[in-house]
Amino acid sequence: MQLLLFNAFNGLIQGVFYALMALGLALILSLNSVINMAHGGFLVIGAYLAYTLNPYLGFWGALVAGPVLAGGIGLIVERVLIRPIYKRPDPIYSLLLTFGLALIIEDMTRTIWGPQGLPLEVPDIINSPVSEDYFFVTGYRLFVVGITAAAAIGLFLLLRYTLLGIRIRAGTRDLETTSALGVNIYKLRAFNFGFGCLFAGLAGVLAAGVLGLTPPMGNSLLMPSFVAIIIGGVGSLFGAVVGGLIIGLAAGIATTYYPAASEAVIYLMMLIVLVVRPRGLFGEEGLFE
Amino acid sequence: MTRVGGVIVMWIALVALPFWLPWIGGYTALGSKVLIYAIATMGLNLVLGFTGGLSFGQAAYFGLGAYGAGMTLKYLAPSTPLAILVGTLAGGLAATLLGPLVMRRRGIYFAMITIAIGQLFYFVAVRWNEVTGGEDGLAGFSRQDIHFGSWVYRLTENNFYYLVLLCFTIAVVIMWTILQSPLGHTWVAIRENRRRIEFLGIRVERYVWAAFAVAGTITAFAGALNALLFNFTSPQDLHWILSGNFVIMIVLGGMRSFFGPLVGVVIFVVAQDYLSSVTGNWMTFIGMIFVSIVLLFPKGILGVFNRRAVTT
Amino acid sequence: MKGRVTRRRILKAGAALGASTIFSPPVLTFAQGETAIKVGMHDPLTGTYAAEGESEVRGANMALSEINSKGGILGRKVELVIEDDAANAGLAAQKAHKLIEQDKVSLLMGAVSSATALSVNQVAHEKGMIYMVTGGHTDPVTGAQCHWTTFRICTTTYMLAAGLADTLYKKFGGKWYFITPDYAFGHTLQEAYAKLLKGFGGTVLGNSLSPLGTTDFSSYLIKAQQAKPDVLINLCDGQDLVNSMKQAAQFGLMKKFPIGGGLSELEVLRALPKEAKQGWWTLEWWWDQPNTPHVKEWVAAYQKVHTDGTYPSARTWFGYAGLHSLAMGVAKAKALEPVKVAKALEGLELPPEIKLQPNKVYFRSGDHQLMSSEFPGEIIQDGTYPNLFKVADIVAGDKIALSVKDTGCKLDYQS
Repeated sequence: MQLLLFNAFNGLIQGVFYALMALGLALILSLNSVINMAHGGFLVIGAYLAYTLNPYLGFWGALVAGPVLAGGIGLIVERVLIRPIYKRPDPIYSLLLTFGLALIIEDMTRTIWGPQGLPLEVPDIINSPVSEDYFFVTGYRLFVVGITAAAAIGLFLLLRYTLLGIRIRAGTRDLETTSALGVNIYKLRAFNFGFGCLFAGLAGVLAAGVLGLTPPMGNSLLMPSFVAIIIGGVGSLFGAVVGGLIIGLAAGIATTYYPAASEAVIYLMMLIVLVVRPRGLFGEEGLFE
Repeated sequence: MTRVGGVIVMWIALVALPFWLPWIGGYTALGSKVLIYAIATMGLNLVLGFTGGLSFGQAAYFGLGAYGAGMTLKYLAPSTPLAILVGTLAGGLAATLLGPLVMRRRGIYFAMITIAIGQLFYFVAVRWNEVTGGEDGLAGFSRQDIHFGSWVYRLTENNFYYLVLLCFTIAVVIMWTILQSPLGHTWVAIRENRRRIEFLGIRVERYVWAAFAVAGTITAFAGALNALLFNFTSPQDLHWILSGNFVIMIVLGGMRSFFGPLVGVVIFVVAQDYLSSVTGNWMTFIGMIFVSIVLLFPKGILGVFNRRAVTT
Repeated sequence: MKGRVTRRRILKAGAALGASTIFSPPVLTFAQGETAIKVGMHDPLTGTYAAEGESEVRGANMALSEINSKGGILGRKVELVIEDDAANAGLAAQKAHKLIEQDKVSLLMGAVSSATALSVNQVAHEKGMIYMVTGGHTDPVTGAQCHWTTFRICTTTYMLAAGLADTLYKKFGGKWYFITPDYAFGHTLQEAYAKLLKGFGGTVLGNSLSPLGTTDFSSYLIKAQQAKPDVLINLCDGQDLVNSMKQAAQFGLMKKFPIGGGLSELEVLRALPKEAKQGWWTLEWWWDQPNTPHVKEWVAAYQKVHTDGTYPSARTWFGYAGLHSLAMGVAKAKALEPVKVAKALEGLELPPEIKLQPNKVYFRSGDHQLMSSEFPGEIIQDGTYPNLFKVADIVAGDKIALSVKDTGCKLDYQS
């Protein structure tokens, strides 16, 4: 029983990663209507840039700089590659374009930094276990939870109380009317995309502290993030977060009894959700159907 | 009439392939792979291009066909035709049984459900070590020569290519016939205007199911042949990245054209083969091909020639 | 342009190294009018194992220039044709076909991923082509799925276990908990260890199977900690090893019990952060062998060509020994004909300047497995690259390998 609790708790912490990734993905999906298969690529960009800047800015500086730069690159990508395909209603195009982009990012990363795995040095103070009994609750994991919570809360506050946030929410509902009301939807979409990429970059830096850096590191986190969105509900940011936590929890519980199925179980959950209630937990009916 | 002419030229080229391909730096196994992938993608295109369903998990049926064929040869009987049959049925059966889950969804949900199914099969292949060989893949089998009474058709490199060409021809004829039939026309109608077809009283879901089942069977057929080509299969033949590659090949050649997938396969497989031999950065080039197709040639290569092709 | 491997670069590098040998004999002209002998090599140059693949290719290139500077094979120049298999078994098989039919190679070598070794093994056997597996560890290659065409440089999982098990038992005790990567390599490695442990009189406290590519090892480490073993045996390799060790360090497990394991490699050690640099592992070759002749010169030769500050790893040696072995086999057979080469390779012993280790290193006739040594030892915690590992012993391969009968290999020469 204790083992189950340990694993469940642990899975929840892992779920925080998925939630962070899913949040960025959901942002991009809702407003830009883009299925961003390159999200893992922005994770990698954020991580590697943080690694490169670490000696100059220190860990904390790199933690800020990496994601911000990833977001900046996201802005460029949006302007150059994504904008031309907004007018096409078939989602296959955004899917394939970002798929190709993901390949380019992974390859370029390997070319620039080499295929060798690289470690990200994390300050010692946050790296050790917090208690004897719950030794797997390391300082770093709590740190990850903390940063993610701060980022998520920050995002919700922004969406709720700022003009920009209101516009984004309006745009998610009805982009045309929002535009007709005088909002510059080009800037809005650009900023939204960049913001989503920033979240991916943040996930990358945090993941690097646990996993180290390799060019394909984004791949294993990409699919579960999509699963999180589906389970939580397409179109709902809150759903994305909840979805991420749920699949983390499910994977953790599965690991207790049948580790081999721990990855498969999240796809099984997604399958069930899609058959029984495709809009997910918090999604809206009719969206994307 | 140029269309018929084009098809005839294509057939002559395919039949003569083992002779002219080495001259331009190719090899027969590459030709076999192109035809096999063409079968797989043309099957997928029945769902993707003709019915309008964003199927992103087709590799599952490809892999099922491959494992079915491989396991038949390894555990059941050393018979190539039986292996092909078992593989094809395995994939076809799976697609038919899973169709009801898939048929009710559209758009991204359709895509994700196909991915979920694909990944589940992938995990079974990876974890069920004793039977499938797990991560290392299924080996220890090889295609057997075919016996017709006393005459033996030895499956050498070239002979196997002709077997694949025969299978390709059969698959093409079957698909063409279906597409010309009321069933095929209904699929296109569903793609063009689903609501209207529903109002006409047609059970759209059943037709989507049918498309899915047929596509799964054909792709599994291709998968079985693939296992026989390399005498090997592995979980990577089930992975969603392969599914994505199938989709790209179709879009590259032209989703709305019957032979679009073949064109796309030729370009993609040959490009990948060539690029990965000359540069370590071939992934970047492949990625750039994806990007430029989407941005510049969304109708695909054949779509440029086919004015009826519409990018929705 | 790091990491880009093109044919031109291969030949250029070879020419450069050939030209830089100090005491070069007068330039030998290759037999006029003879075409070059081509050797096909498949390795991952992209994807997860790209680092290991690159090392193997570097080693092969070193061998290439040495062979060519001494007149090639049978008086003919040797060319190395390299294909990226991206650790994808289907792609490896396809490339093998390409190398054989299009490039018309006479010999094959390569592999990091075990699946690619198995798939190319099939192709090699089908085509009757000699195949030297450099770095694919799965046992069936020289076991249940062995073929007369196929030889292997890197050691089997049984040998890996046998090299270290004794040391671990004597140092730490007999109650072991395993974390095993859930695929053939992990399974056979764990079974080997378990068998050896029982032979010593120890007990297996438990075995956690972790799916390949697991990023979160917490649950397995939790179980391990609860079991309170004398030593935790971590059999993961590659990125899995990096992740599991990092997490073990973060959980403070390193202070609770020692960690030992199976295979490790320089590429992996390099990726470990400081706190995770602990434990006892087996390497298949190590650059710092003060008492072994020729090693120092070889490392220096490597660094003349590769000025990026890296040191050669076991993988580099695999590629190096692999190509040299093929060359020696052909030379001994005095022909390129595969059956003759295979027979020549059986029992072939590697000379000191190629084996770069003490002990007798030779290809065992019954299963075509190279009897090379294992280098068990300890990670140096405060070490900086390249001084990351302290070798405790160099164990001769044939003392620890399974007998041919036990590997299940039956060579299938067609007479």
